[in-house]
Amino acid sequence: MTAPTGREGVPAIDVQELYKSFGDLEVLSGIDFHVDPGEVVCVIGPSGSGKSTLLRCVNRLEEPTAGRILIEGDDITHPDANVDELRSRIGMVFQSFNLFPHLSVLRNLTIAQRRVRGRSKTEAREIARRNLDRVGLSDKVDAYPSHLSGGQQQRVAIARALSMDPDMMMFDEPTSALDPELVGEVLAVMRDLARDGMTMMVVTHEMAFAQEVGDRVVFMDAGVVVEEGPPSQVLTEPKHERTRRFLQMVG
Amino acid sequence: MTKRQQQRLIRSILYVLFAAGVVGIALLADWETTQRNFFNGELARQMFPDVLTIAARNTILYTFLAFSFGLAFGLLLALMRLSSIAPYRWLSTVYIEIFRGLPALLTIFLVGIGIPIAFGTRWPTLVTITLGLGIVAAAYMAETIRAGIEGVPKGQMEAARSLGMSYTWAMVSIIIPQGFRIIIPPLTNELVLLIKDTSLLFVIGTTPASKELLKFGRDLLNTNANATPLIVVGAVYLMITVPLTQLVRVLERRNARSR
Repeated sequence: MTAPTGREGVPAIDVQELYKSFGDLEVLSGIDFHVDPGEVVCVIGPSGSGKSTLLRCVNRLEEPTAGRILIEGDDITHPDANVDELRSRIGMVFQSFNLFPHLSVLRNLTIAQRRVRGRSKTEAREIARRNLDRVGLSDKVDAYPSHLSGGQQQRVAIARALSMDPDMMMFDEPTSALDPELVGEVLAVMRDLARDGMTMMVVTHEMAFAQEVGDRVVFMDAGVVVEEGPPSQVLTEPKHERTRRFLQMVG
Repeated sequence: MTKRQQQRLIRSILYVLFAAGVVGIALLADWETTQRNFFNGELARQMFPDVLTIAARNTILYTFLAFSFGLAFGLLLALMRLSSIAPYRWLSTVYIEIFRGLPALLTIFLVGIGIPIAFGTRWPTLVTITLGLGIVAAAYMAETIRAGIEGVPKGQMEAARSLGMSYTWAMVSIIIPQGFRIIIPPLTNELVLLIKDTSLLFVIGTTPASKELLKFGRDLLNTNANATPLIVVGAVYLMITVPLTQLVRVLERRNARSR
Protein backbone atom coordinates (compact mmCIF):
# COMPACT_ATOMS: atom_id res chain seq x y z
CA MET A 1 0.00 0.00 0.00
CA THR A 2 1.71 3.13 -1.13
CA ALA A 3 -0.37 6.20 -0.52
CA PRO A 4 0.66 9.33 -2.39
CA THR A 5 2.79 11.36 -0.04
CA GLY A 6 3.11 15.03 -0.71
CA ARG A 7 1.98 15.29 -4.30
CA GLU A 8 3.66 18.26 -5.90
CA GLY A 9 1.87 21.47 -5.02
CA VAL A 10 -1.16 19.73 -3.52
CA PRO A 11 -1.96 20.49 0.13
CA ALA A 12 -2.40 17.51 2.46
CA ILE A 13 -5.59 19.08 3.78
CA ASP A 14 -7.42 21.75 1.85
CA VAL A 15 -10.59 23.14 3.42
CA GLN A 16 -12.60 25.50 1.22
CA GLU A 17 -15.52 27.68 2.35
CA LEU A 18 -16.56 25.26 5.08
CA TYR A 19 -19.81 25.78 6.94
CA LYS A 20 -21.18 23.60 9.71
CA SER A 21 -24.34 24.07 11.73
CA PHE A 22 -25.83 22.01 14.53
CA GLY A 23 -29.50 22.83 14.20
CA ASP A 24 -29.75 26.62 14.38
CA LEU A 25 -26.27 27.00 15.79
CA GLU A 26 -23.65 27.84 13.21
CA VAL A 27 -20.33 26.50 14.46
CA LEU A 28 -18.18 27.06 11.37
CA SER A 29 -18.87 30.13 9.25
CA GLY A 30 -16.87 29.87 6.06
CA ILE A 31 -13.50 28.39 6.90
CA ASP A 32 -10.61 28.38 4.46
CA PHE A 33 -7.77 26.35 5.83
CA HIS A 34 -4.97 24.19 4.56
CA VAL A 35 -2.10 22.08 5.76
CA ASP A 36 0.84 21.48 3.44
CA PRO A 37 2.71 18.18 3.35
CA GLY A 38 5.26 18.00 6.15
CA GLU A 39 3.77 21.01 7.89
CA VAL A 40 2.72 21.13 11.55
CA VAL A 41 -0.29 23.39 12.00
CA CYS A 42 -1.57 24.12 15.49
CA VAL A 43 -5.14 25.35 15.81
CA ILE A 44 -5.84 27.36 18.93
CA GLY A 45 -8.83 29.29 20.19
CA PRO A 46 -11.35 29.51 23.02
CA SER A 47 -13.67 26.57 23.64
CA GLY A 48 -16.68 26.74 21.39
CA SER A 49 -14.67 28.45 18.66
CA GLY A 50 -15.24 25.49 16.33
CA LYS A 51 -11.67 24.21 16.17
CA SER A 52 -12.54 20.64 17.15
CA THR A 53 -15.49 20.66 14.77
CA LEU A 54 -13.18 21.77 11.97
CA LEU A 55 -10.84 18.90 12.70
CA ARG A 56 -13.70 16.41 12.91
CA CYS A 57 -15.08 17.64 9.60
CA VAL A 58 -11.78 16.94 7.89
CA ASN A 59 -12.26 13.18 8.19
CA ARG A 60 -16.04 13.53 8.09
CA LEU A 61 -16.78 12.43 11.62
CA GLU A 62 -18.97 15.51 11.36
CA GLU A 63 -20.91 16.07 8.16
CA PRO A 64 -20.16 19.54 6.77
CA THR A 65 -23.20 21.68 5.98
CA ALA A 66 -21.49 23.31 3.00
CA GLY A 67 -18.04 23.59 1.51
CA ARG A 68 -15.35 21.27 0.22
CA ILE A 69 -12.54 19.39 1.90
CA LEU A 70 -9.76 17.90 -0.21
CA ILE A 71 -7.44 15.28 1.21
CA GLU A 72 -4.32 15.25 -0.96
CA GLY A 73 -6.48 16.59 -3.75
CA ASP A 74 -9.29 14.04 -3.30
CA ASP A 75 -12.65 15.48 -2.28
CA ILE A 76 -13.79 13.69 0.91
CA THR A 77 -17.07 15.62 0.90
CA HIS A 78 -18.02 14.34 -2.57
CA PRO A 79 -21.02 11.95 -2.48
CA ASP A 80 -19.02 9.27 -4.32
CA ALA A 81 -15.90 9.66 -2.19
CA ASN A 82 -14.43 6.48 -0.74
CA VAL A 83 -14.55 7.87 2.76
CA ASP A 84 -13.10 4.76 4.42
CA GLU A 85 -10.05 4.84 2.16
CA LEU A 86 -9.52 8.57 2.67
CA ARG A 87 -9.90 8.21 6.42
CA SER A 88 -7.27 5.52 6.49
CA ARG A 89 -4.77 8.07 5.18
CA ILE A 90 -5.49 10.33 8.16
CA GLY A 91 -4.36 9.24 11.60
CA MET A 92 -6.74 10.52 14.27
CA VAL A 93 -5.98 11.00 17.95
CA PHE A 94 -8.82 11.86 20.31
CA GLN A 95 -8.97 13.76 23.55
CA SER A 96 -10.39 10.69 25.30
CA PHE A 97 -7.98 8.18 23.64
CA ASN A 98 -10.81 5.85 22.54
CA LEU A 99 -8.73 2.70 22.71
CA PHE A 100 -10.75 -0.47 22.29
CA PRO A 101 -11.08 -1.69 25.90
CA HIS A 102 -11.93 -5.28 25.02
CA LEU A 103 -8.74 -5.78 23.00
CA SER A 104 -5.12 -6.03 24.08
CA VAL A 105 -2.74 -3.25 23.11
CA LEU A 106 -1.36 -5.38 20.29
CA ARG A 107 -4.85 -6.14 18.92
CA ASN A 108 -5.75 -2.45 19.18
CA LEU A 109 -2.88 -1.80 16.80
CA THR A 110 -3.39 -4.71 14.40
CA ILE A 111 -7.16 -4.94 13.95
CA ALA A 112 -7.52 -2.13 11.40
CA GLN A 113 -4.23 -2.93 9.69
CA ARG A 114 -5.49 -6.41 8.95
CA ARG A 115 -9.00 -5.41 7.99
CA VAL A 116 -8.40 -2.15 6.17
CA ARG A 117 -4.86 -2.58 4.87
CA GLY A 118 -5.23 -6.32 4.32
CA ARG A 119 -1.93 -7.09 5.99
CA SER A 120 -1.00 -10.53 7.21
CA LYS A 121 -1.01 -11.25 10.92
CA THR A 122 2.79 -11.39 11.04
CA GLU A 123 3.24 -8.18 9.12
CA ALA A 124 0.63 -6.31 11.17
CA ARG A 125 2.24 -7.45 14.40
CA GLU A 126 5.66 -6.42 13.28
CA ILE A 127 4.44 -2.96 12.33
CA ALA A 128 2.53 -2.70 15.62
CA ARG A 129 5.62 -3.58 17.63
CA ARG A 130 7.71 -1.08 15.72
CA ASN A 131 5.21 1.71 16.46
CA LEU A 132 4.86 0.75 20.11
CA ASP A 133 8.61 0.97 20.30
CA ARG A 134 8.42 4.39 18.70
CA VAL A 135 6.15 5.68 21.47
CA GLY A 136 8.23 3.93 24.12
CA LEU A 137 5.73 1.25 25.12
CA SER A 138 7.12 -1.95 23.67
CA ASP A 139 6.70 -3.64 27.06
CA LYS A 140 2.92 -3.09 27.01
CA VAL A 141 2.14 -5.31 24.02
CA ASP A 142 -0.10 -7.69 25.95
CA ALA A 143 -1.59 -5.20 28.42
CA TYR A 144 -5.21 -4.11 28.27
CA PRO A 145 -6.01 -0.39 27.99
CA SER A 146 -7.60 -0.23 31.44
CA HIS A 147 -4.26 -1.18 32.99
CA LEU A 148 -2.44 1.77 31.44
CA SER A 149 -2.13 5.34 32.66
CA GLY A 150 -3.78 8.10 30.65
CA GLY A 151 -0.48 9.13 29.13
CA GLN A 152 0.30 5.56 28.13
CA GLN A 153 -3.16 5.12 26.65
CA GLN A 154 -2.72 8.21 24.53
CA ARG A 155 0.68 7.02 23.33
CA VAL A 156 -0.89 3.68 22.39
CA ALA A 157 -3.59 5.61 20.52
CA ILE A 158 -0.88 7.46 18.61
CA ALA A 159 0.88 4.18 17.82
CA ARG A 160 -2.45 2.73 16.67
CA ALA A 161 -2.93 5.58 14.23
CA LEU A 162 0.69 5.36 13.02
CA SER A 163 0.33 1.64 12.35
CA MET A 164 -1.93 2.49 9.43
CA ASP A 165 0.98 4.38 7.81
CA PRO A 166 -1.09 7.55 7.50
CA ASP A 167 0.04 10.44 5.34
CA MET A 168 -0.97 12.88 8.05
CA MET A 169 -1.97 12.94 11.71
CA MET A 170 -4.73 14.92 13.39
CA PHE A 171 -4.79 15.54 17.12
CA ASP A 172 -7.96 16.70 18.88
CA GLU A 173 -6.80 18.22 22.16
CA PRO A 174 -4.64 15.16 22.83
CA THR A 175 -3.49 16.23 26.29
CA SER A 176 -6.65 17.87 27.66
CA ALA A 177 -7.86 14.74 29.46
CA LEU A 178 -4.49 14.02 31.05
CA ASP A 179 -3.16 14.67 34.53
CA PRO A 180 -0.57 17.44 34.31
CA GLU A 181 2.37 15.15 35.05
CA LEU A 182 1.42 12.92 32.07
CA VAL A 183 1.17 15.68 29.47
CA GLY A 184 4.92 15.77 28.85
CA GLU A 185 5.30 12.18 27.65
CA VAL A 186 2.56 12.61 25.04
CA LEU A 187 3.94 15.93 23.79
CA ALA A 188 7.38 14.34 23.55
CA VAL A 189 6.04 11.65 21.22
CA MET A 190 4.31 14.31 19.11
CA ARG A 191 7.50 16.35 18.97
CA ASP A 192 9.39 13.31 17.65
CA LEU A 193 6.73 12.80 15.02
CA ALA A 194 7.01 16.39 13.86
CA ARG A 195 10.77 16.07 13.71
CA ASP A 196 10.40 13.01 11.50
CA GLY A 197 8.48 15.16 9.03
CA MET A 198 4.92 14.00 9.73
CA THR A 199 2.17 16.27 8.44
CA MET A 200 0.19 17.30 11.52
CA MET A 201 -2.93 19.23 12.41
CA VAL A 202 -3.08 19.78 16.15
CA VAL A 203 -5.98 21.32 18.04
CA THR A 204 -4.43 22.23 21.36
CA HIS A 205 -4.31 24.46 24.39
CA GLU A 206 -0.59 23.85 24.85
CA MET A 207 0.81 27.21 23.75
CA ALA A 208 4.39 26.21 24.52
CA PHE A 209 4.02 23.22 22.21
CA ALA A 210 2.50 25.34 19.45
CA GLN A 211 5.32 27.84 19.84
CA GLU A 212 8.07 25.23 19.75
CA VAL A 213 6.78 22.64 17.28
CA GLY A 214 4.25 24.45 15.10
CA ASP A 215 5.24 25.69 11.66
CA ARG A 216 2.07 27.73 11.60
CA VAL A 217 -0.52 28.69 14.19
CA VAL A 218 -4.16 29.27 13.33
CA PHE A 219 -6.30 31.22 15.78
CA MET A 220 -10.03 30.57 15.55
CA ASP A 221 -12.89 32.32 17.27
CA ALA A 222 -16.66 32.11 16.79
CA GLY A 223 -16.42 29.83 13.76
CA VAL A 224 -13.94 31.82 11.70
CA VAL A 225 -10.18 31.93 11.29
CA VAL A 226 -9.21 35.21 12.90
CA GLU A 227 -5.54 35.11 12.06
CA GLU A 228 -2.75 32.75 11.17
CA GLY A 229 0.97 32.82 10.70
CA PRO A 230 4.24 31.62 12.17
CA PRO A 231 4.00 30.97 15.92
CA SER A 232 6.51 33.69 16.70
CA GLN A 233 4.17 36.22 15.11
CA VAL A 234 0.70 34.95 16.12
CA LEU A 235 1.67 34.02 19.67
CA THR A 236 3.94 36.91 20.51
CA GLU A 237 2.77 39.83 18.38
CA PRO A 238 -0.82 39.07 17.40
CA LYS A 239 -2.41 41.51 14.97
CA HIS A 240 -5.94 41.11 16.22
CA GLU A 241 -7.46 42.25 19.45
CA ARG A 242 -9.35 38.96 19.89
CA THR A 243 -6.14 36.95 19.61
CA ARG A 244 -4.46 39.21 22.13
CA ARG A 245 -7.30 38.82 24.61
CA PHE A 246 -7.29 35.04 24.23
CA LEU A 247 -3.54 34.78 24.71
CA GLN A 248 -3.72 36.93 27.81
CA MET A 249 -6.39 34.66 29.24
CA VAL A 250 -4.49 31.43 28.70
CA GLY A 251 -1.40 33.13 30.06
CA MET B 1 -37.70 5.23 76.50
CA THR B 2 -35.19 6.41 73.91
CA LYS B 3 -35.96 6.29 70.24
CA ARG B 4 -33.47 3.48 69.79
CA GLN B 5 -35.09 1.31 72.48
CA GLN B 6 -38.44 2.00 70.91
CA GLN B 7 -37.22 0.78 67.55
CA ARG B 8 -35.76 -2.33 69.10
CA LEU B 9 -39.03 -3.08 70.84
CA ILE B 10 -41.02 -2.72 67.65
CA ARG B 11 -38.60 -4.96 65.81
CA SER B 12 -38.86 -7.62 68.53
CA ILE B 13 -42.64 -7.56 68.37
CA LEU B 14 -42.52 -8.00 64.60
CA TYR B 15 -40.20 -11.00 64.95
CA VAL B 16 -42.50 -12.64 67.48
CA LEU B 17 -45.54 -12.09 65.25
CA PHE B 18 -43.69 -13.53 62.27
CA ALA B 19 -42.55 -16.61 64.21
CA ALA B 20 -46.05 -17.11 65.60
CA GLY B 21 -47.44 -16.93 62.06
CA VAL B 22 -45.06 -19.58 60.76
CA VAL B 23 -45.71 -21.89 63.71
CA GLY B 24 -49.45 -21.35 63.37
CA ILE B 25 -49.48 -22.31 59.69
CA ALA B 26 -47.30 -25.32 60.42
CA LEU B 27 -49.68 -26.50 63.17
CA LEU B 28 -52.80 -25.92 61.07
CA ALA B 29 -51.51 -27.92 58.10
CA ASP B 30 -52.35 -31.58 57.81
CA TRP B 31 -48.80 -32.89 57.62
CA GLU B 32 -49.58 -36.50 57.07
CA THR B 33 -51.83 -35.89 54.06
CA THR B 34 -49.46 -33.27 52.73
CA GLN B 35 -46.55 -35.60 52.92
CA ARG B 36 -48.44 -38.41 51.21
CA ASN B 37 -49.54 -36.13 48.40
CA PHE B 38 -46.44 -34.08 47.83
CA PHE B 39 -43.50 -36.07 49.10
CA ASN B 40 -44.17 -39.64 48.09
CA GLY B 41 -40.69 -41.16 48.00
CA GLU B 42 -41.66 -44.23 46.02
CA LEU B 43 -43.32 -42.20 43.29
CA ALA B 44 -40.39 -39.80 43.18
CA ARG B 45 -37.98 -42.69 42.68
CA GLN B 46 -40.03 -44.05 39.80
CA MET B 47 -39.58 -40.78 37.94
CA PHE B 48 -35.89 -41.42 37.49
CA PRO B 49 -34.11 -41.59 35.17
CA ASP B 50 -36.75 -40.33 32.70
CA VAL B 51 -37.20 -37.00 34.42
CA LEU B 52 -33.55 -36.26 33.63
CA THR B 53 -32.89 -38.17 30.40
CA ILE B 54 -36.10 -37.10 28.68
CA ALA B 55 -37.79 -34.17 30.42
CA ALA B 56 -34.82 -32.14 31.63
CA ARG B 57 -32.91 -32.90 28.44
CA ASN B 58 -35.81 -31.58 26.35
CA THR B 59 -36.20 -28.47 28.49
CA ILE B 60 -32.52 -27.67 28.03
CA LEU B 61 -32.57 -28.47 24.33
CA TYR B 62 -35.64 -26.30 23.67
CA THR B 63 -34.16 -23.47 25.69
CA PHE B 64 -30.89 -23.68 23.80
CA LEU B 65 -32.60 -23.67 20.41
CA ALA B 66 -34.96 -20.82 21.25
CA PHE B 67 -32.17 -18.79 22.86
CA SER B 68 -29.88 -19.19 19.85
CA PHE B 69 -32.66 -18.23 17.47
CA GLY B 70 -33.75 -15.35 19.69
CA LEU B 71 -30.21 -14.05 20.01
CA ALA B 72 -29.51 -14.08 16.28
CA PHE B 73 -32.89 -12.67 15.31
CA GLY B 74 -32.86 -10.25 18.24
CA LEU B 75 -29.48 -8.91 17.11
CA LEU B 76 -30.88 -8.38 13.63
CA LEU B 77 -33.90 -6.56 15.07
CA ALA B 78 -31.67 -4.42 17.28
CA LEU B 79 -29.50 -3.41 14.32
CA MET B 80 -32.64 -2.62 12.32
CA ARG B 81 -33.91 -0.54 15.20
CA LEU B 82 -30.65 1.44 15.20
CA SER B 83 -30.52 1.69 11.42
CA SER B 84 -30.53 5.03 9.65
CA ILE B 85 -33.07 3.59 7.21
CA ALA B 86 -36.49 4.49 8.57
CA PRO B 87 -38.56 1.51 7.27
CA TYR B 88 -36.17 -0.88 9.03
CA ARG B 89 -36.71 1.02 12.25
CA TRP B 90 -40.49 0.94 11.87
CA LEU B 91 -40.58 -2.74 11.02
CA SER B 92 -38.44 -3.63 13.98
CA THR B 93 -40.42 -1.42 16.36
CA VAL B 94 -43.73 -2.91 15.26
CA TYR B 95 -42.41 -6.44 15.64
CA ILE B 96 -41.02 -5.77 19.10
CA GLU B 97 -44.18 -4.05 20.30
CA ILE B 98 -46.42 -6.87 19.06
CA PHE B 99 -44.51 -9.80 20.48
CA ARG B 100 -43.69 -8.16 23.77
CA GLY B 101 -47.33 -7.21 24.16
CA LEU B 102 -48.82 -10.64 23.50
CA PRO B 103 -48.82 -13.47 26.04
CA ALA B 104 -46.09 -15.94 25.06
CA LEU B 105 -48.67 -18.73 25.28
CA LEU B 106 -50.76 -17.09 22.57
CA THR B 107 -47.80 -16.73 20.23
CA ILE B 108 -46.69 -20.31 20.74
CA PHE B 109 -50.22 -21.48 20.12
CA LEU B 110 -50.54 -19.41 16.95
CA VAL B 111 -47.24 -20.76 15.61
CA GLY B 112 -48.30 -24.30 16.50
CA ILE B 113 -51.60 -24.18 14.61
CA GLY B 114 -50.56 -21.52 12.11
CA ILE B 115 -47.69 -23.33 10.39
CA PRO B 116 -49.67 -26.45 9.38
CA ILE B 117 -52.49 -24.27 8.08
CA ALA B 118 -50.28 -21.80 6.23
CA PHE B 119 -47.85 -24.29 4.73
CA GLY B 120 -50.06 -27.32 4.43
CA THR B 121 -47.63 -29.59 6.26
CA ARG B 122 -46.40 -30.06 9.78
CA TRP B 123 -42.89 -28.84 10.25
CA PRO B 124 -40.49 -30.83 12.42
CA THR B 125 -41.41 -30.37 16.07
CA LEU B 126 -38.06 -28.82 16.93
CA VAL B 127 -38.51 -26.16 14.27
CA THR B 128 -41.98 -25.29 15.52
CA ILE B 129 -40.71 -25.14 19.09
CA THR B 130 -37.73 -22.97 18.16
CA LEU B 131 -39.96 -20.54 16.31
CA GLY B 132 -42.74 -20.51 18.90
CA LEU B 133 -40.43 -19.65 21.76
CA GLY B 134 -37.80 -17.80 19.74
CA ILE B 135 -40.15 -15.31 18.13
CA VAL B 136 -41.05 -13.94 21.54
CA ALA B 137 -37.53 -14.22 22.93
CA ALA B 138 -36.15 -12.24 19.97
CA ALA B 139 -38.46 -9.32 20.73
CA TYR B 140 -37.23 -9.09 24.32
CA MET B 141 -33.60 -9.67 23.44
CA ALA B 142 -33.70 -7.07 20.67
CA GLU B 143 -34.41 -4.37 23.24
CA THR B 144 -31.70 -5.66 25.56
CA ILE B 145 -29.14 -5.82 22.75
CA ARG B 146 -30.08 -2.35 21.53
CA ALA B 147 -29.50 -0.97 25.01
CA GLY B 148 -26.11 -2.72 25.09
CA ILE B 149 -25.03 -1.30 21.76
CA GLU B 150 -26.18 2.17 22.75
CA GLY B 151 -24.25 1.77 26.00
CA VAL B 152 -20.94 1.62 24.14
CA PRO B 153 -19.35 5.11 24.15
CA LYS B 154 -19.69 7.00 20.87
CA GLY B 155 -15.93 7.46 20.69
CA GLN B 156 -15.49 3.75 19.99
CA MET B 157 -17.32 3.96 16.69
CA GLU B 158 -15.49 7.18 15.84
CA ALA B 159 -12.10 5.64 16.55
CA ALA B 160 -12.92 2.58 14.45
CA ARG B 161 -14.22 4.64 11.53
CA SER B 162 -11.22 6.98 11.75
CA LEU B 163 -8.97 3.98 11.18
CA GLY B 164 -10.83 3.39 7.92
CA MET B 165 -13.07 0.55 9.09
CA SER B 166 -16.49 0.29 7.45
CA TYR B 167 -19.60 0.78 9.58
CA THR B 168 -20.39 -2.94 9.42
CA TRP B 169 -16.94 -4.06 10.38
CA ALA B 170 -16.72 -1.53 13.22
CA MET B 171 -20.04 -2.89 14.51
CA VAL B 172 -18.94 -6.51 14.30
CA SER B 173 -15.45 -6.20 15.75
CA ILE B 174 -15.66 -3.20 18.08
CA ILE B 175 -19.19 -2.22 19.10
CA ILE B 176 -21.12 -5.49 19.37
CA PRO B 177 -18.47 -7.35 21.43
CA GLN B 178 -18.46 -4.50 23.94
CA GLY B 179 -22.24 -4.24 23.91
CA PHE B 180 -22.59 -7.92 24.76
CA ARG B 181 -20.33 -7.51 27.77
CA ILE B 182 -22.67 -4.89 29.11
CA ILE B 183 -25.75 -7.06 28.66
CA ILE B 184 -24.57 -10.41 30.02
CA PRO B 185 -26.64 -9.98 33.20
CA PRO B 186 -29.94 -9.02 31.51
CA LEU B 187 -29.35 -11.63 28.82
CA THR B 188 -29.03 -14.33 31.48
CA ASN B 189 -32.27 -13.11 32.87
CA GLU B 190 -33.83 -13.75 29.46
CA LEU B 191 -32.29 -17.21 29.47
CA VAL B 192 -33.80 -18.07 32.83
CA LEU B 193 -37.18 -16.75 31.73
CA LEU B 194 -36.87 -18.83 28.57
CA ILE B 195 -36.15 -21.99 30.57
CA LYS B 196 -39.37 -21.42 32.44
CA ASP B 197 -41.30 -20.53 29.29
CA THR B 198 -40.54 -23.95 27.79
CA SER B 199 -43.33 -25.09 30.11
CA LEU B 200 -45.78 -23.38 27.75
CA LEU B 201 -44.85 -25.63 24.86
CA PHE B 202 -47.47 -28.23 25.81
CA VAL B 203 -50.01 -26.26 23.76
CA ILE B 204 -48.48 -27.40 20.50
CA GLY B 205 -48.84 -31.05 21.47
CA THR B 206 -46.27 -33.50 22.70
CA THR B 207 -45.24 -37.12 22.33
CA PRO B 208 -43.77 -39.11 25.23
CA ALA B 209 -40.32 -38.41 23.87
CA SER B 210 -40.80 -34.65 23.42
CA LYS B 211 -42.21 -33.76 26.84
CA GLU B 212 -40.41 -31.05 28.70
CA LEU B 213 -40.22 -30.91 32.48
CA LEU B 214 -43.56 -29.42 33.44
CA LYS B 215 -45.60 -31.46 30.97
CA PHE B 216 -43.79 -34.56 32.18
CA GLY B 217 -44.66 -33.69 35.77
CA ARG B 218 -48.27 -32.81 35.05
CA ASP B 219 -48.92 -36.05 33.19
CA LEU B 220 -47.62 -38.04 36.14
CA LEU B 221 -49.73 -35.89 38.46
CA ASN B 222 -52.80 -36.90 36.50
CA THR B 223 -52.04 -40.60 36.23
CA ASN B 224 -51.10 -40.97 39.91
CA ALA B 225 -53.42 -38.41 41.44
CA ASN B 226 -50.44 -37.30 43.46
CA ALA B 227 -48.50 -34.01 43.40
CA THR B 228 -45.07 -35.45 44.15
CA PRO B 229 -43.99 -35.26 40.47
CA LEU B 230 -44.49 -31.48 40.56
CA ILE B 231 -42.16 -31.19 43.54
CA VAL B 232 -39.52 -33.32 41.82
CA VAL B 233 -39.86 -31.36 38.59
CA GLY B 234 -39.62 -28.10 40.51
CA ALA B 235 -36.40 -29.28 42.12
CA VAL B 236 -34.97 -30.13 38.69
CA TYR B 237 -35.86 -26.65 37.40
CA LEU B 238 -33.94 -25.15 40.28
CA MET B 239 -31.01 -27.46 39.63
CA ILE B 240 -30.79 -25.87 36.19
CA THR B 241 -31.57 -22.24 36.94
CA VAL B 242 -29.72 -21.63 40.21
CA PRO B 243 -26.25 -22.71 38.98
CA LEU B 244 -26.84 -20.60 35.91
CA THR B 245 -27.51 -17.42 37.83
CA GLN B 246 -24.51 -18.18 40.04
CA LEU B 247 -22.28 -18.70 37.02
CA VAL B 248 -23.32 -15.36 35.65
CA ARG B 249 -22.50 -13.69 38.94
CA VAL B 250 -18.96 -15.06 38.63
CA LEU B 251 -18.65 -13.96 35.01
CA GLU B 252 -19.92 -10.52 35.87
CA ARG B 253 -17.35 -10.14 38.62
CA ARG B 254 -14.54 -11.25 36.34
CA ASN B 255 -15.77 -8.87 33.69
CA ALA B 256 -15.79 -5.97 36.13
CA ARG B 257 -12.17 -6.71 36.96
CA SER B 258 -10.95 -6.76 33.36
CA ARG B 259 -12.53 -3.45 32.45
